[in-house]
Parts: sequence; structure tokens; C-alpha cells
Amino acid sequence: MMNYDPVFYSRILTGLTLGFHIIFATIGVGLPVMIAIAEFLGIKRKDPHYTLLARRWARGFVITVAVGVVTGTSIGLQLNLLWPSFMQIAGQAISLPLFMETFAFFFEAIFLGIYLYTWDRWKNPWTHFAISIPIIIGSTLSAFFITIVNAFMNTPQGFKLSGRTIIDIDPMVAMFNPATPTKTAHVISSAYMTSAFVLATIAALALLAGKKHVYYQKALKLTMICGLIFSLSTAFIGDLSGKFLAEYQPEKLAAAEWHFETTAQAPLVFAGYIDKEHNVHYGLKLPYALSILAFADPNAVVKGLNDIPVDERPPLYIHYFFDAMVAIGSLMIVLCIAYLYLNRKKRRQQGKEVPRWLLRFITFSGPLAMLAIESGWIFAEAGRQPWILRGYMKTAHGATTATNVDWMLLMFSILYIILGFGAWTVLRRMFKTNTPEEELALRADQGGEHQ
Amino acid sequence: MSIEVIGITVLWVFLYGYLIVASIDFGAGFFSYYTMITGRKNMVHGIIERYLSPVWEVTNVFLIFFMIGMVGFFPDTAYYLGTTLLIPGSIAIVLIAIRGSYYAFSTYGSKESHLYKLLYGGSGLLIPASLSIVLTISEGGYIEESGNNVTLLFYKLFTSSYAWSVVVLSLVSVLYISAAFLTYYAHKAKDTKATEILRRFAIGWSGPTILASLFVFFAIQRHNPVHFDNMLKLSWMFVVSLICFIIATYLIWNRKRLGVAFLFVMLQFAFAFFGYGAAHLPYIIYPMVSIHESVTSPEMGIALIGAFIAGLCLLIPSLILLMRLFLFDANYVQGLQKK
Repeated sequence: MMNYDPVFYSRILTGLTLGFHIIFATIGVGLPVMIAIAEFLGIKRKDPHYTLLARRWARGFVITVAVGVVTGTSIGLQLNLLWPSFMQIAGQAISLPLFMETFAFFFEAIFLGIYLYTWDRWKNPWTHFAISIPIIIGSTLSAFFITIVNAFMNTPQGFKLSGRTIIDIDPMVAMFNPATPTKTAHVISSAYMTSAFVLATIAALALLAGKKHVYYQKALKLTMICGLIFSLSTAFIGDLSGKFLAEYQPEKLAAAEWHFETTAQAPLVFAGYIDKEHNVHYGLKLPYALSILAFADPNAVVKGLNDIPVDERPPLYIHYFFDAMVAIGSLMIVLCIAYLYLNRKKRRQQGKEVPRWLLRFITFSGPLAMLAIESGWIFAEAGRQPWILRGYMKTAHGATTATNVDWMLLMFSILYIILGFGAWTVLRRMFKTNTPEEELALRADQGGEHQ
Repeated sequence: MSIEVIGITVLWVFLYGYLIVASIDFGAGFFSYYTMITGRKNMVHGIIERYLSPVWEVTNVFLIFFMIGMVGFFPDTAYYLGTTLLIPGSIAIVLIAIRGSYYAFSTYGSKESHLYKLLYGGSGLLIPASLSIVLTISEGGYIEESGNNVTLLFYKLFTSSYAWSVVVLSLVSVLYISAAFLTYYAHKAKDTKATEILRRFAIGWSGPTILASLFVFFAIQRHNPVHFDNMLKLSWMFVVSLICFIIATYLIWNRKRLGVAFLFVMLQFAFAFFGYGAAHLPYIIYPMVSIHESVTSPEMGIALIGAFIAGLCLLIPSLILLMRLFLFDANYVQGLQKK
């Protein structure tokens, strides 16, 4: 057993809770958008297949929301339990966006309750569709506000620190700090993207299992088109984020790229490994690419790690997480284009199906996108180590001094295993026992979707 | 009114809101389990289910609101309570997590399960007990500060009659508030059998609630005489609370105007809760944190209050819509609305 170190255990426990939470939070932000798009198409084209898609996604959504809510409550309370000194100092500065995040979530929760129980309540289907709008507003705004909190921790501003108290806070300056625009946009866009691919995975799995119904074809096409749009926007915002890092957090970008000497025409390193003397082996070097990524200019000077004090350098392993995120993101764009191209060809030559190898690739898109979310998040968080409030407070000074964090870590690990397993079982059972074919037949018997 | 007084009032309103909605929710879970094991499930289950389904996610938000507002207005509380409450706080989180997720799992995803219901009913009683520890600690005397470290005096907490009287009060009042509300709800649904069962629960738990409240009074006198003296100065609030209790019990006993009866139950707790809170001022955690030393940036206090008002403008119409669609829609309440 390791020596008891509350800082270490607090970091692991916070990472575990957030790492588990963002799986459900990402779906929670993106899925309402997909549900609304499907419902819109269903009403607009009078196509019961899309409406059924919306209904079935919404049913699964409830389970993910439930886990998202309880793990969100966990992290909300854990912030105080594990980082009391940090909250004592930064609590006031971040409380406004936290407060607004809760409002946004409250708003979403109220309308989600209404949405789920009013499918057949109104004669005009657009009334029910209208209720999905406040859900989207609520979920997207809550992602926006909570990301502002994180942005503030990366580029804190709008306050003065005197001893253990934070004074002269300017709430707006603190909220709209330099990291806010790129961070919030990237988080929201990648959440939409990941949800689209998670749903594409489900549709591809059904098609691979030999299901022929046109319902699955429509589901796959819709999710892949959305996936392409959202992954392109995510990549574009990701590029802006790189430029933000170069200007405001050069140490994070330098550690991600193993860039030690401050130079012009800086190359970008992909993959590889690094030895103790900081020599990179087997890495793929793309000349000028880092300068372009950082300043959109091949001759721009990029700050290297050697210019950063040793005790303020982020860990070098974040390189791998950065690479994983970027590689998966690029792969997704290629995958979507390949699918749309082959799907078009298929329509011209009647009778030709989308090739199975492509469907097999698509089944990995959801899990891979989620992996990219986790990688990007680890990169962003570990990349601001050793700071908890960059430039103001080191992580080690924010943690609790309480004993027993190790036991709490064990308790929460068990909890998340049970929750993850429970959600998985329930979701599977939910969709196995009640197939879309059965539901469509039942609805047709009852006289169609909209009378 | 100064910012800190507005701040603590806002927070207290939220805590009161949580007390009411969470009590209904927690108690409903317990009654649901209790009637299942005593073979009366079919009589009250539908009622409880129809009420809980659309509102279960809303309950948690009240708690989070209170907590975030607390840190925002009074960051010192985060330091003292955060450090000392690691274990009870974590246990409460786990219970809330089990309860919230398994409610959704069993309602939307799978067939009825005894285990789910037990977890659901049991955690409903344990959560109020673990959360009430915060109120106990805020009375002072259970935290020790030395240098850079604060610790919770577990032994002292577990052997204190005050702590236990608060736990008992939280348990019985959860059951009482919940039964009073569900009696009204079942009555609205024109479900005579369920109304009768729930009415008996409400009457049965009214006595213990008032006894436990008295006991807490005496325990405070012994534990924190300063707070007790302040409460005596506000004694009219507790007298009004008692009168509300008598009116509510009278109405439920005679099966008259059950909606008004529940309103009086809410007033009974409002007067007692705000009386208790007002007497606690200016301290939040006696004697370490008072409301005056905490708000260091008035701009932030004003921004928080502004956000709060804007939020309320959004939330109140939405909540009214939710209630009109589900609580006060005759077809839905009676189960005639198809899902």
C-alpha cells in the first residue's frame, strides 16, 4: 500500500468521478439535440420512422440522465469535501457560473419531465416538439457555464488575492476570461459530435446483426450526417484552442508537443516516445506544423518548455492524450466522408448495400469518440498541473487535510462500477425486449403516429 | 438589508424548499416499500409513481443550489464543513446516487424488483439522517481546530443527545410531511383506499413529529444555551408553528380540505425552520463562521442575487407549468392520461 497522501488520493478521486461523469454528461448535452432533430424530421416529413427514433432515443436518454445527475451531484459536493482550501479561496469567484449552471440544469430537468410524459398529449405534434427546445437550451447552457468554471481555473482573472481571501472580484471579467470562448465551444461541439457517433454505433450494430428495416438505414444516415457536421466544427474550434494555448498557456502546448527549445518554424511531433534526455524516438515530425497550429504562420516562434521553470512544467505524458484526441477526431471526419460517398454510390446502383467493413468501422465510432472526449479532458486537466488556479494556487495547497480519502476512493470506485453496470444492463434490456419493428407494427395498428 | 442577510435568507429559502420536496420524495420511497412488504402495494403504488415520475430530477437541484450559494456567499463554510464532513458527506452522496439512479433504472428500464425498492425505501430514510449532521455541526462544539487542520470530533458527535434528537426529528418529519402530501394527492385522484391508508400514516406520524421537536428544544438548551436564548426571543414563531400543526392535524383527522391541511403542514415547518435559522444568526457555524466576516466582494454578492432573481423569473413559470401538467391535471392525477 502506498503512503497516505491526501493530495494524491483527492486527485485520483476527483479524476475518477469526473471521468465517469463526463461519459454521461457528454451524452446529456448532445443527445437532446439529436432527439429534437429526429422529432423535427418526423413531423416535417410525416415519417413515423424518425418519430420513433426520437422516442426510443429519449427513453434511453432518461437512464443516462439519471446517472449524469447523480454523478454531477457527487462532483458538486466533492469539490467542497476534497478541495476545501481551494473552495475557500476561489469559491466566490466561481460561484456565479456554478449557480447559473444549476439554474440551467433546473430548467432542463423541469422540461425533460414534461417532455417524457406528454408524447401523445397534444393534438398538434409541434407543441410537443417545442418542449425539446428548452431542454436543449438548458443542457447546452449548463455545459457552457460549467466549462466557464474550468476556463477560469486555467486563466484566472478579475480578482485580487490577499492572504487566504480573494477580494475585489469582478464577476464578468472572471467569467469571460481568455479561455472561455474556445473551451466552451469545443466542449459543446464535441459533445454533440460524440452523441451523434454513439447513436451511429447503435444503428450500425443493428444493421450488422442483419436487420433490414429501412428504420436503421435512416438512423445511420441521419447520425452520420450530423456526425460529420459536428466533427468538422469540433476540429475547427480545436485549431482555435491551439492558438489560444500558444498565447496564454504555452507550457501546456509545449508539453503536449514535447517542444523544448523556443524556436521558429517549430515542427509538430506525432506519437513516439521520449527518453530521460528529452530525445524523441520514432515520432512522426511534421515540419512547420506546430508554428502553423500555434500562430497560423510557418515562421512563428513557439515557446519551448526549457523557458518554463522546472516546478511549473506539466507532465510530459499529456502528449499521448493530445495525439489520441486529434487522431480520433481526424479519423471520424474521414469515416463520415467515406460513408456518405459509398452511401450515395449505393443509391445510384440499386441493390448495393453499404459494405460490411465500413459498418464495422462505424460501430467503433461511438466508443472512440468517447475515448477522444476522455483524452482531451485528461490533456486539458493534467496539462495545467501543477496549478489548480494557474499562476495563483498549486494543486497541493488546495486539497483536504482530512484522513480517510483513500477509503472514500474505494467506496466511490465500487459505486461507479455498480452504476455503470446497472446503466448498461438496463439500457440493453430496454432495447432488446422491445424492438423498433414491433413498435412500428403496434403503432400502425393503432392508426399511425399522428391522427 | 445587507447583502449577507439577503444571502443567508435566499439560502435558507432553498434549504426549506429542499426540506419539503425531498421529504415528500424520501417518504414516498419508504411508503412505497413499506406497503409492498405489507401486501398493500396496489393500493398506493400508482399514486406515488404518478407523482414522482416527472419530478424526481428536480429535487436534487434544490440541494445543489443551497450548497453552491453557501460557498459563494460564505466561502469559509467550505473550508470548515468540507474538511470535517468528508465521511458523512461522501456517504450521503453515495446514498443519493443509489437512490436517484435506481429509481430511474427500476421505473423506466426493468421489471419490479424487491432489491431496488429496498434500496430506494431505505436510502430515503438514511439520507435525511446523514444530511442532518450538517445542522448538528453548525451548533458548534463538534469541530476542533488546531493550526492548519480542522477535525470532526466523531466520538462527541455520536454520544451527543442533541445530535440524535436532530436525527430522530429529521426521520419522523420526513414521514409526516410526505404522508400529509400524499393524502392530499390521493384524495385528488379520487382514490379512497389510498387516501385512507396515507391518512392513517399522516395521523400516526404527527405525534412523533411534535414530540421530537420538543426534544430538540431541550437538547439545544443543554448544548448551546446562547442559541436557545435567541430562540426564546423568537418564541412567537414556534407558537405559530404549533398552531399550524394543530389546524393541519384537525383537518386531516376530519378528512376536510386536505390541500389546505398540507398548506398548514408547510407553514408549520416554515415557522419552525425560519425561527430556528433566525435564532442561529449571526453565526453559520458557531462560533467559527459568522455571516459578517464572509462576503469579501460585494460585487459578487450583488451578481449572485441578480442571477438568483433572473433564475427565479425563469424557474417559477416553468415549475407552475410542471405542476399544472402533472399535479393539478385531473386526468393525469387519476391515471387516465396515456403515457
